[in-house]
Amino acid sequence: MWIFLARRLVQTLPVLLGVSVITFLLIYYLPADPARMYAGPSATVETVARIRHELGLDQPLWVQYTTYLARAARGDLGFSYRKQIAVTELILSRMPYTLALTLAGIFVELLIGLPVGIASAVARGKWADRVGMFIALIGISAPPFWLGLLLLYWFGFRLPILPLGGADEATSIVLPALTAGLGGAAWYARMMRSSTLDILSTDYVRTARAKGRSMFGVIVRHVLPNALNPIITMAGMDIPWFIGGVVLVERVFNWPGVGRMAVEAIETVDVPLILGTVIFTAVMVVVSGILIDVVQGLVDPRIRHSRQGQ
Amino acid sequence: MAVTQSESDQVKSPEIVTLAQEGLAPATSEVGYFAVIWRRLRRDGAAMLGAALVALIALVGLLAPLLAPHDPTEQFRDGLTPDGQPMPSTLLTEGSTRYLFGTDSNGRDLLSRILYGAQVSLLVGVLANTLAVALGVMVGSVAGYFGGWLEILLMRFTDIMMAFPTLLLAMALVAILKPSLWIIIVVIGLVYWTWIARVVYGQVLALRDRDFVTASRALGSSRRATLFRHILPQLVPTIIVWGTLGIATNVMLEASLSYLGIGVQPPTPSWGGMIQQGQSYYRTAPWMVIFPGLAIMITVFAFNLLGDGLRDALDPTQRGRA
Amino acid sequence: MSKKVVLSLFIVITTALAACGGGPTPTAAPAATQATTGGGPEKGGEITVVYKDDLATLDPAIGYDWTNWPAIKLVFDGLLDYDSGTTIQPRIAAALPEVSADGLTYTFKLRQGVKFSNGRELTADDIVYTMTRVLDPTTGSPGAGFFVGIKGAQEFIDGSATAVEGIKAVDSSTVQFTLTSPDVTFLNKMALNFAFIVPKEEVEKAGENFGHAPVGTGPFILKEWVSGQHLVFDRNPNYFFEGRPFLDKVTIEVGVEPDVALLRLEKGEIQLMGDPPPGADWTRISADPAWTDRIEVEATVNTTYIAINTGMPPFDNVKVRQALNHAIDKQRIVQLLNGRATVANQILPPLMPGYDASYTGYDYNPDKAKSLLAEAGFPNGFETSIECISVDPQPKLCESFQQDLDKVGIKLTINTLAAPNVIDDAGNGKTPLVWSGGLAWTQDYPDPDDFYSPILGCDSNVPGGWNWSRYCNETVHDKSKELLSMTDREARMAAYKDLFKALMDDAVWVPVINGQYTVAHSEKLHGQPTLTHPEHLFSYETMWLSK
Repeated sequence: MWIFLARRLVQTLPVLLGVSVITFLLIYYLPADPARMYAGPSATVETVARIRHELGLDQPLWVQYTTYLARAARGDLGFSYRKQIAVTELILSRMPYTLALTLAGIFVELLIGLPVGIASAVARGKWADRVGMFIALIGISAPPFWLGLLLLYWFGFRLPILPLGGADEATSIVLPALTAGLGGAAWYARMMRSSTLDILSTDYVRTARAKGRSMFGVIVRHVLPNALNPIITMAGMDIPWFIGGVVLVERVFNWPGVGRMAVEAIETVDVPLILGTVIFTAVMVVVSGILIDVVQGLVDPRIRHSRQGQ
Repeated sequence: MAVTQSESDQVKSPEIVTLAQEGLAPATSEVGYFAVIWRRLRRDGAAMLGAALVALIALVGLLAPLLAPHDPTEQFRDGLTPDGQPMPSTLLTEGSTRYLFGTDSNGRDLLSRILYGAQVSLLVGVLANTLAVALGVMVGSVAGYFGGWLEILLMRFTDIMMAFPTLLLAMALVAILKPSLWIIIVVIGLVYWTWIARVVYGQVLALRDRDFVTASRALGSSRRATLFRHILPQLVPTIIVWGTLGIATNVMLEASLSYLGIGVQPPTPSWGGMIQQGQSYYRTAPWMVIFPGLAIMITVFAFNLLGDGLRDALDPTQRGRA
Repeated sequence: MSKKVVLSLFIVITTALAACGGGPTPTAAPAATQATTGGGPEKGGEITVVYKDDLATLDPAIGYDWTNWPAIKLVFDGLLDYDSGTTIQPRIAAALPEVSADGLTYTFKLRQGVKFSNGRELTADDIVYTMTRVLDPTTGSPGAGFFVGIKGAQEFIDGSATAVEGIKAVDSSTVQFTLTSPDVTFLNKMALNFAFIVPKEEVEKAGENFGHAPVGTGPFILKEWVSGQHLVFDRNPNYFFEGRPFLDKVTIEVGVEPDVALLRLEKGEIQLMGDPPPGADWTRISADPAWTDRIEVEATVNTTYIAINTGMPPFDNVKVRQALNHAIDKQRIVQLLNGRATVANQILPPLMPGYDASYTGYDYNPDKAKSLLAEAGFPNGFETSIECISVDPQPKLCESFQQDLDKVGIKLTINTLAAPNVIDDAGNGKTPLVWSGGLAWTQDYPDPDDFYSPILGCDSNVPGGWNWSRYCNETVHDKSKELLSMTDREARMAAYKDLFKALMDDAVWVPVINGQYTVAHSEKLHGQPTLTHPEHLFSYETMWLSK
C-alpha cells in the first residue's frame, strides 16, 4: 500500500514542478510592471522599489524561479498588498468553505444522479428512461449561475425559507450545494444507467432475478458495489472541475470560498492573489488525484495490484 | 464536461462492427460509409432534434441583423419607465410587439440582444473549440504515435495543464491579458485542449499496433506519412464528436467568463454578460435573467444532443466513452 | 422609582447638561440636537453595516474613499471636528485656536487626558508627528496637498529640510501652526481625516500594516479584521468625550452586493447599508410605507463628473473636451438614477457658496460635438477608454456614456474596476477618462476652494493626487491663492464664479449630475439628527438604536 502511495507521489512530482513553472512564467511575462502591480494602490515609489528588490526582479530568470519555487515549497505564495495579508493565509482561511461546498455538491450529485440513473436503467426503453435522460441533459446545459439565481429567487425571496446568500446560517449551504450539484448530477445519472444496465444483463443477476430476488435487492447487492469504482473515478475527476467551477456558484450566493475570493482578486487586479490561487488549486487537484487513486486502491484491490505493475 | 469511463452499453446495432474498428479508412468516395452514418443519425430522434436546434441557432446568429427588431446596443428613452426601471414585455403592458422580451436596465431591447448574443456565443464556441481540437489532436496523436521521449514530454505537459482548474485558469489569463473577443477565444482554446489530447492519445495508442499501420510502414511510408494518411483519418469520428460536444462546453465557458465580467465587453451583447447585468434586478425584472439563461441552456443542450447523437452514430460501441 | 426610569432620567439629564455646555470646558460635548423619534438616544446596541467593496485601509493619512472615510472616524480624532452640520468645533483641541492678527499663526491648546487606545496619553508631539507624516512624500498621503500652505512644508517635501518649520510643539499641551499666507479654510482642513492624530510608536511598529492595525483616540477600537469579510469595532470605554458613543459595537461587513444587503436589511439582519440601495428596488421601496423610516436622503454637496485627462491626447485639445461636454446626455443619467439626482452644468454644486445660478454651461448637442471634433482634426472620431467602478449603478451609467460618444464617432471602451483601482489609475494619470460616480467629489468643507485646490489645482497635480484631470493653469492657480486670503466674503464668492467659469471654458470636466446620497437603514437606527453627516458621511458616534 505504501509503496503504491510512494510511487504515485513520485509520479506526480514532475507535474507539480511543471505547474510551478507555468505559473511562474505567467508572473514573469505579465504585460505590466509586476512590482507596481504587486504594490497596489497608494504605494510610494520607495515601496515599489523595495518590492522589486524583494521579489528579486533584478535577478536572472533562473534565480528568480528557484527563489519562487523555494518559497512556494515552504508554503509562501506571496503577499497581497491590496488586502495586506499573506496569500497562503487568505486562501487557507477560505478553503474550508470551498471544500464544504465541493463535498456538499458531490453529495447532491450522487443523491440525485444515482437514483435517476438506476431508475432509468430499470425502466429502460420506456418513456421514463428517455425523460430521465432528457432532464439530466437539461441539467448539464443550464448555466449554474442562472440556476442559482432562479433558485435564489424562488426559495430565498418568493418563499423565504432559505437564506439569501452568505454563510452565516446552517441552511446557507443548501442552495449553493443544490445549484452546484444539479448540473453535474446528469453525468452520474448517465454513468449509473450504463453501469446498472451492464450488471443487470449478467448471467448472475439474471439467475438471481429468476430465482425471485427483488430488483431492489439486486441493486443493493450487485449494482451499487460494482458502480463504486466508476463513481469514485468520476468524483475524482469532478473535484478539479468543482474547484474551478464552484467559482460561479460562490459568486451568485456570495459564499466566502476560494472562488469568491478569486473573483474579487480579478476585480481588483490583485496579481499575487490571482496567481497564488491558481497554483494552490492546481496543487490541490494533483493531491486529490492521488487521494482518489488511493481510495480506489483500497476499495478495489485489483486496481492496486495492477497499478503496481506500472 | 467530465469524461466518463463507464462500460459500454449492451445494446448493439444491427451492423455488427463499425467500419472504423475494421481499420478501413473512410474514403470520401465511398458513399456507403456516410450513408450508414446518416441512416443511424436519422433514426435517432434526439440527435435530429439537436441538429435542428443547432441549425436554428446558427441561422439566428447569421441572420441576427435581419431578425432583430432593434439595434441591440441602442438605449431607448422609452425603454425605461419614467423612473428609470427596465420594462417587461410590451406584449403584456400594451399588447404590442415593440419590446417583445422587455428591456434591460439601460433601456435596450432584450430580444435584439438575445439574437445578437448568439453571434458571440457561436463565434467563441466554434473558434475556441476549433483551436482546442486542433491542438488536442496534434498533441495527442504525436505523443501516441511517435512515442519515446516525445510521448513522455507531451503527455506530462498535458497532465500539467490539466491540473489547473479550467475556469480559474481561464479567469486568470483573461484578467491579466485584458478581455477582448479574440483573447477569450484563444484563452478558452488554450485551456480546453487537454481533454481532447487525452482521448486522442488513448485512441492513437490503440491504433498504433494495428495491421494496417505495420503494413503501411513495411511498404516504405515514413512515420509522418503513416500518421497523416492512415491514423488521422481514423480519428475523424472522434474529431467530429468532440468538435460538437466541445462547442457546448466552450459556449458555457464564454458565458461564465462574461457573467464574471471578464468576457466580451459592452456594448457587445453576450448572454452571460446580460445575466450579470440582470443580477441585481432578478426580483424586479426577472426577464433580464430568464431569457439569456434560456438561450444559453438551449444552445448548450442542442450541441450536447447533437454531439451525443453523432457519437452514437459514428461508433455505437463507444457509447459512454467520451 | 424603577432602575430603568432612573437610568433614563440620568441619561436625559446628562444629555441636556451636555447640550447646554458646548463651551471650552474639557468635558463639554458639542450641541447635539435631539432625534425626533420618541425620547432621547439610548445607550447600547450593536449594528452591522455592509459594503460591497472591501476597505482598503484605516490609515487616516491615506484613506480617502466612501468606505473608509467614515470608518476612520470610528478609530481616530483630530484637533477639530464638526457639529452635526458644518460648524467647526474643538475636539482634541480644548478650544478653537487663537489666531494671530496677521492670520498666519494658529495656536491650539490641547485637552487634558486624551488617551490612545494603547493607554498612552496624547501630547503636542503627536500632533507634530501626525502632520509631518501627512506631508512626508514617503507616506503617499492624498491629503498632503491640503497642508502645503504651512510654512516650511514645501521645503520638507522637497527634501531640503528635515522637519516642517511651521509646525511646532510649544509645550506638551500646546501646538502652533504657522502659514505662509492667510488661508480662511485652514480650520476646515484641520478637521479633515488627514489631520487625525496617530501615535508614533504604533505607526513605526506596524509599518505598512498600520492601516490594518490602527491605533487612535477615537470613540471605537478595532477589535478584529478578517480580510475580505468583516471588521469589528468595540466601544472605547475610555473615550474622552462624555456620553459618546452610544453604540457598543459596530461591525462592517464587506463583499455584500447591494441587492442582497437590501433584503437583509428588510429581514432585520443588518442595520445600515453603506452603498446606496440598488435602483432596481428604488421604485418599490419609495412607495412602500414600511420604508418611510428606513430611508434617509441627503442632498449632498456633490458633483459627479467625467474627469478628462488633459495631459493625454487627444484630450489635450480644448475643442475635444468641449465636444465631450456637448455629447453627454445628462437627462438620461438622471432617468437611469431613478430621478435621484439633478443635472449639473458647472463644477460647483448648487448648495456650495460661489455657485452661479445664471451660468448655462454646455448644452446637450451631439451635432455641435461632431463639428467641434472635426474642427479639432477628428472628423471620424477616435478610440478612447473610461474607468468606472463596478458597484451598481455606475457600470450602466458608463454604458450610457458609451452610447452618447458612439453617436459622435468616439469609440469608448469601458474598464470596470474596484474603487481602489480606479482611484489609483486616475491619480496616476493612467486613464484618459474617469467617471467619478461612487467616488467623488463631495465637499470636504463648505468652501468653494475645496472644489478647486484638491482636484483641479496645480498642487494636487502630483502622482497619487486627486487632480484626475492632470490640470494645472498657473493663472487660475495664482488667483486661487489670492482668494484664500481674501476676507471680504461677498467679493470672494463673486470672484470664485469667474474662476470656475474659466475652468468650465477650459472644459476640464464634464459635470454630469449633482447626486443625492440615499441611505437605507433600519428604522431602529437613529442619528442626531441624521445618520449621515455632510463631512463624515456617517456619524457613527452619534448613532443609537431604539429597542
